[in-house]
Amino acid sequence: MLLRVEDIHKQYGKDKVLCGVSFGMKKGETKVIIGPSGTGKSTLLRCINRLTPADQGRVWLEEEEITHTRASINKIRAQIGFVFQSFNLFAHLTALGNVRIGPLKVKGMKKDAATKLAMEELERVGLSDKADAYPAELSGGQQQRVSIARALAMFPKLILFDEPTSALDPELIGEVLEVMVSLAKEGMTMLVVTHEMGFARAVADEIIFMENGVIVEQGEPKQMFTNAVHARTGEFLNKISELYGETSE
Amino acid sequence: MAGSSLAVPSQLSEQETLIQNIARLAPFIPSLLRASLINIQLLIGLIALGYVFGTLTALLQVYGGKILGTVARIYEWIFRSVPALVLLFLFYYGPPRFGIGISGFAAAMFALGFRSSAYQSQIFRGAIQSIPSGQMLAARSMGMSRIQAIFSIILPQAFRLSIPGWTNEFSSVIKDTTLAYAVGFNEVLRTARIVYDTHYDLAMSVLIFVALIFMVLTLAGNALMGGVERRFRIPGLQVPGHEKTRQSSRTSSDSWGLRLRNFWR
Repeated sequence: MLLRVEDIHKQYGKDKVLCGVSFGMKKGETKVIIGPSGTGKSTLLRCINRLTPADQGRVWLEEEEITHTRASINKIRAQIGFVFQSFNLFAHLTALGNVRIGPLKVKGMKKDAATKLAMEELERVGLSDKADAYPAELSGGQQQRVSIARALAMFPKLILFDEPTSALDPELIGEVLEVMVSLAKEGMTMLVVTHEMGFARAVADEIIFMENGVIVEQGEPKQMFTNAVHARTGEFLNKISELYGETSE
Repeated sequence: MAGSSLAVPSQLSEQETLIQNIARLAPFIPSLLRASLINIQLLIGLIALGYVFGTLTALLQVYGGKILGTVARIYEWIFRSVPALVLLFLFYYGPPRFGIGISGFAAAMFALGFRSSAYQSQIFRGAIQSIPSGQMLAARSMGMSRIQAIFSIILPQAFRLSIPGWTNEFSSVIKDTTLAYAVGFNEVLRTARIVYDTHYDLAMSVLIFVALIFMVLTLAGNALMGGVERRFRIPGLQVPGHEKTRQSSRTSSDSWGLRLRNFWR
């Protein structure tokens, strides 16, 4: 197992967001988490790399326990990419600067090597011509591709995607999904919170359906779409496929 | 009747003395300008001191946690509430009581510098807190430590956002340097005082000259800060509306120029 999540609980005040979530991921797998908003999908992602501390439960990346109090969290986070819904590119750095800063500051790479690596990653997301542009000069889709390149430049073992296309105009969603599909096909391990069912059908090894802080059902996309065990899963999948369409394959 | 017949010649003689005064002021101008250099030195010293301690105070207030944050808030409260002159006297007359000698210049630099740091800290705190929380989250998520994130991500952005506030602080403290008059070293206002103590009739012209010096210094300083702002400008990282105002004022001045040219044609 590359990632093991065991019985995660999280509560904000009286509001129980996560009530015992467990699952695992093998290397090279892509899993998609779906579910109505407010069911703790984003919180779950943040509990995995401890951007939000879980109240209870444990997480392992390979042999290392992330949730251990003495875990060197910065070293672990450097191995887990995180792509935000709102991109969160560093506003004072160019696209190149954004992709380069991780290798430079976190890994202590030499500037020349980091620049070369960053250019390669920008090329990979199709944005080498925008290397000198600042985030404010890029479209949402371009910003999200830069943020994926920023994650890739750290050679992560796993990338967490938190609704990566939800803040984008419809016509910009395709270019981001395209990059994500090609990553999945190259064997990157990805855990994706999304409503893009086209993406899920195309590349997900498993769909995890969450509601009210627990995993209701999980399974291969084919089985989930055609033959969901729980009535609620089928209902949600139908509704979301209707809403978002499946054009993005 | 007698009064009104006297009024005309006396007005004439007043104008005469003003012209004479300007001529008589000339020999003192070099020493006034030299003294204003001391004000500039004091300004640089206190701004630098204020910058270092202001940044530190702001960082402690935002990131210092309960204890250090409270210490920073108390520091800021003290130096923002005690009148500048009182601070100046405390710093000048205080240390000798503990056997520490302090020059008027040093006392002024520390008193006004710490005071400025309290104001600068609030400019900087505002800038830090206006940076979206996602910036810190993204930095931490890629494995940066808190300190690394603050220095590589937050501060470079906060610095740019605080430049307009600093321009304002600069225009304010440059005039405060004349308060050093009170602790007896020969900055420009004290030098002016020495001139008009011996030449009482020059009082108005020498004070007007001092006023002119500060008007020029403020203008030069603002131009300098404007240059700094342009030098570090990054798309998407300016104080909201700031650019717009500047743009529109330029257009309106252009149209005034055009109007004038059309008028002369």
